[in-house]
Amino acid sequence: MTKVLTPTDQFEVAARDGLWMSATDAERVTGWTLKPEGMCRAELCVPMPASAVKGNEVDVEAFWTKLGGPVVASDARDVWALGAPADERNAALEGQQAPDFTLPGIDGTPRTLSQLRGKKVFLATWASW
Amino acid sequence: MPVWQALYDELKDKNFMVVAVAEESRGADHARPWIEQAKSSYWQLIDTEHRLEDLYNLVNVPQALWIDEQGRIVRPPETAGSTDHFRRMDLKTRTMSPEDQAERLAAREAYLGAVRAWVTTGKHALPADSVRANLPKVTPEIAEARARFRLGVWLRTHGSTVEGDRQMNEASSLHPESWSMWRQAADLDEIGKASGPDFWKRVQALGERPYYPPPKL
Repeated sequence: MTKVLTPTDQFEVAARDGLWMSATDAERVTGWTLKPEGMCRAELCVPMPASAVKGNEVDVEAFWTKLGGPVVASDARDVWALGAPADERNAALEGQQAPDFTLPGIDGTPRTLSQLRGKKVFLATWASW
Repeated sequence: MPVWQALYDELKDKNFMVVAVAEESRGADHARPWIEQAKSSYWQLIDTEHRLEDLYNLVNVPQALWIDEQGRIVRPPETAGSTDHFRRMDLKTRTMSPEDQAERLAAREAYLGAVRAWVTTGKHALPADSVRANLPKVTPEIAEARARFRLGVWLRTHGSTVEGDRQMNEASSLHPESWSMWRQAADLDEIGKASGPDFWKRVQALGERPYYPPPKL
């Protein structure tokens, strides 16, 4: 199995030759669906080059690169990380809403920023190091 | 953190919340002693993969953003009350001059005072176009650095120390402005290394540039 790390999640998929995987796995990992028009999310479709689709399989490395996102792999090519495209991050920060996130508390309880809607929030980082 | 607790205690009845996010790739147990000592009642969250830094394009700790009741960013990422006075401290005794200590304290008080003013009167909140103009831009190099950092943390925590280190070093080279990436990698290598001789060399190499850019309040 191949491990794929995304900015907010991680997946185990049956991939071959890099990140070639079933359209079902590609959708699970990326949130984009393979259609005749290309890879689609909501109303948006990104056309795929013929070399990146074979029957019901997708080359997710080629797709992610086309989206403008970084793709990096371990030496053994068994662990991959798909990073958020720079444009996507900039657009989200320039938008009306603070990008939402969910992180665990010290006891493991997940907390989501948008649960605090209606309050002013002082969002600060720290570290022990 | 005790100062954030005092701020929260003072303002919690005014629709105010503090969310403190620990950028700790060593995990929750490593942050726990600080959190338990702070006895905080605001949100204390653990971010082992530095997701918040990815999402908000952050480069150091402590940095803060202010978010209003509608969930809009009203202050871009800024240094949260820390100053560069530490750069002048005596490294042998690890102490600062009384003047520097006083200035440092005053700067922190001024910052906390600004947060207080925002919560009670709305002062210091910036309009959307001004926030936008002050947001640091994510570049393709930064985006790749984040992916390599993510991979490096995963590899390190799954036994591939050398390879994980290499990915984290590469992340740091792609995004040299990020102190968090460099210092987290140093800390994973060895506790204490994040503030050891190599850290001081990097700080000295800044020259006139700030380590903690002062907030434009």
